[in-house]
Amino acid sequence: MNNAIVIGQYVPGNSLIHRLDPRMKITIIFFFVIVVFFANNIISYSILTIFAILTTLSTRISLRFILKGLTPVWFLIAFTFILHLIVTKEGTVLFDVFGYKVYSGALIQGFAISLRFFLLILITSLLTLTTTPIEITDAVEDLLHPLKKIKFPVHELALMMSISLRFIPTLLQETDKISKAQASRGVDFRTGPIKERLHAIVPLLVPLFVSAFKRAEELAMAMEARGYQGGEGRTRLRQLKIKGLDILVFLFFLAVVAALFWTRNY
Amino acid sequence: MRECFIEFRNVSFRYGDEQPWVLDDVSFTIYKDEWVAIIGHNGSGKSTIAKLMNGLLFPQKGEIIINGIPVNEQTVWDVRKQVGMVFQNPDNQFVGTTVQDDVAFGMENRGFAREEMVNRIDEVLQAVRMEDYLLTEPHRLSGGQKQRVAIASLLAINPEVLILDEATAMLDPKGRKEIMRTVSEIQEKNEISLITITHDLEEVVQAERVIVMNSGKVWAEATPRDIFKQKDDLRKIGLDVPFVAVLADELKQLDIMIKNEPLNHDELLEELWTLHSKM
Amino acid sequence: MDITFKDVSYIYQANSPFAHKALDHLSFHIPAGSFVAIIGHTGSGKSTLIQHLNGLLTPTEGEVQIGDHQITSDKKPENLKELRSKVGVVFQYPEHQLFDETVRKDIAFGPKNFGVSEEEIERRILEIAPAVGIDESLLERSPFDLSGGQMRRVAIAGVLAVKPNILVLDEPTAGLDPRGQSDIMNMFYELHQRENLTTILVTHSMEDAVKYADHVMIMNKGTKYMEGIPEEVFAQQEALNKVQLDVPEVIQFLNAFNARFGVDIPFRRQSVAELAAEIQHALKGAESIE
Repeated sequence: MNNAIVIGQYVPGNSLIHRLDPRMKITIIFFFVIVVFFANNIISYSILTIFAILTTLSTRISLRFILKGLTPVWFLIAFTFILHLIVTKEGTVLFDVFGYKVYSGALIQGFAISLRFFLLILITSLLTLTTTPIEITDAVEDLLHPLKKIKFPVHELALMMSISLRFIPTLLQETDKISKAQASRGVDFRTGPIKERLHAIVPLLVPLFVSAFKRAEELAMAMEARGYQGGEGRTRLRQLKIKGLDILVFLFFLAVVAALFWTRNY
Repeated sequence: MRECFIEFRNVSFRYGDEQPWVLDDVSFTIYKDEWVAIIGHNGSGKSTIAKLMNGLLFPQKGEIIINGIPVNEQTVWDVRKQVGMVFQNPDNQFVGTTVQDDVAFGMENRGFAREEMVNRIDEVLQAVRMEDYLLTEPHRLSGGQKQRVAIASLLAINPEVLILDEATAMLDPKGRKEIMRTVSEIQEKNEISLITITHDLEEVVQAERVIVMNSGKVWAEATPRDIFKQKDDLRKIGLDVPFVAVLADELKQLDIMIKNEPLNHDELLEELWTLHSKM
Repeated sequence: MDITFKDVSYIYQANSPFAHKALDHLSFHIPAGSFVAIIGHTGSGKSTLIQHLNGLLTPTEGEVQIGDHQITSDKKPENLKELRSKVGVVFQYPEHQLFDETVRKDIAFGPKNFGVSEEEIERRILEIAPAVGIDESLLERSPFDLSGGQMRRVAIAGVLAVKPNILVLDEPTAGLDPRGQSDIMNMFYELHQRENLTTILVTHSMEDAVKYADHVMIMNKGTKYMEGIPEEVFAQQEALNKVQLDVPEVIQFLNAFNARFGVDIPFRRQSVAELAAEIQHALKGAESIE
């Protein structure tokens, strides 16, 4: 049955962020990632944080859902914070924990780095939350287009990505089918010593590979029959267009960046 | 005289030098706007014929001519513009991430302008009754629906011939019926030849002409009516015979004089009714 | 082994927005030794049903009883492995499950997992391979070198080598040519009789249902729509058409014939020759009345 998993947890919607051109989203995120490292005081950090919060809110996706999606990252953030508390020895000693002296500089720096880390993850996750995988693929193909001049196989890469996306649900169904067939023949995937369980994977993997290769072969033949001869002379149904909204959002982002560099010297 | 569209001239093919011949000196002609069924047991060479028709394979001997063009490495892309092919496995020919992307795939390959693609997509999806599924992802479609999208994507590039290579074999009866209904509608409305490679008897009786393949050779070539007259021989080469044909034979054994080989229930009932009123 | 379903429901991805009820309060009883055909459209719940027969799925609600094994929502069967050794399942396109280096090893895989001794496995292979039409010379070949039809037979042999009491067949002839189809079905039917199996056949072919089954169950929307002996179930053409199912062709013809000639030849699984004789009789009878 359809145990469809949603890649990158795309949440359908029609918010401002959803409607933004995916190339614009990727570009802004790219620069945001760089700019984050230029923040150096409370004001500049505040500007970035407010920007991130505003963007997050305007996706109209429930905050709880977004934060839940970041669960695995919380641990890393906490770890970074604690590491800084232990390692950094600047400023005045604030208090003692089990003989470890915690410095004020450590607290500030730990907080700053963790915040930076959090903002990075939050903003990048907004991309996959608001953009379908195929849009991302299109955007990547477009953005990498200049690389064609140095013979980088941009079109092939994008096609590969989109075909992979297309076949993930199919292969998941197939995995389910084959593992059920082998379970019926007495394979136990769930219990027993690790060594035996690893062994049980062979009867699952071999048929999966065989079928994936067969699919690939048939798909290649079907594509050829349908006139596919590579990217040369090909047109595209899905075309990305920069709209007024995209420009507006980009200008806003530029303003934020300008404000950030302005406030760095305070 | 009908205009000849596909011609096989003494075609032989094998997959490797050491391999047995899959096709052995095969010759036949398919005309414009004709519906031909190709039948034969698995391994009789049916599917190889389909792949030869649009240059997915090339014969070692003989010549294949499509609409006046001999099929070879140079002409293959011109040939493929005219020959649309639906394969057996609905999943392994669905390239796009959504229905509209898949329909567009063939047009994109041939450099259609975007405007035209958008128009054609609507038009061909209506022809196969899939217009409500424009943005649906393939894993949410049934096998029959996927095959109809495959047909739509071929129609989009206006082929001269549509080949269904066991396209209904993996479908349930409902999916099969949908496909056959779609295909006969298309054949009626358009000037298009149709080649169905199949085991399904209902598909066979709908065709104008049947080519029966057996161990790499053309075993018979005739109308469905004439083909199904040779019941015992068909069974010998592993093929099925429609129920009405079998019943008609049994009735003949009982001296009920059925003159025409019936192809469907109505024909047999009509024939019996005529006999009965004469009795 | 008897099979009993009591009020069984199954929901995929329960408690999620994608929840989908595949079985809806399904109850039935299949006595040991029956040959049952289960018929229904794709999505009618057939596949979900058969996955309950060997504990691949446990019901969301209700109770499944296979011989002594009981499966309920809160109780996994105690001895799942034993259950699976007694219920053999031939899935759709079973050739996709082949994986081992040789045909022999692949057939031996199931029995080996269930702890059958080496000698016994060897004995079974030599018995089953010819029965399914696999020549002994193929046993050392790689299953991936065989033709599609042969691969299907090897996969079936792998299921039969476990010697199940209940044999579940999910469209076992899909994709085969007409001769392949009838060969495989005849083989299963012989086996059913010789080994006194309980056979569950999931099929779209009304012709196979009427030819082999002694009991037919029609599924629609996750629940039982009709049930009974084939002659009775297929007599109800209208009810079946309502859920877009056909009756076997011979019955379609008989119904049309009876209507046209105002006679009443019943369907009794007669052979075509017998049917022809009855038609001849009916034609003459009609004549003698006039």
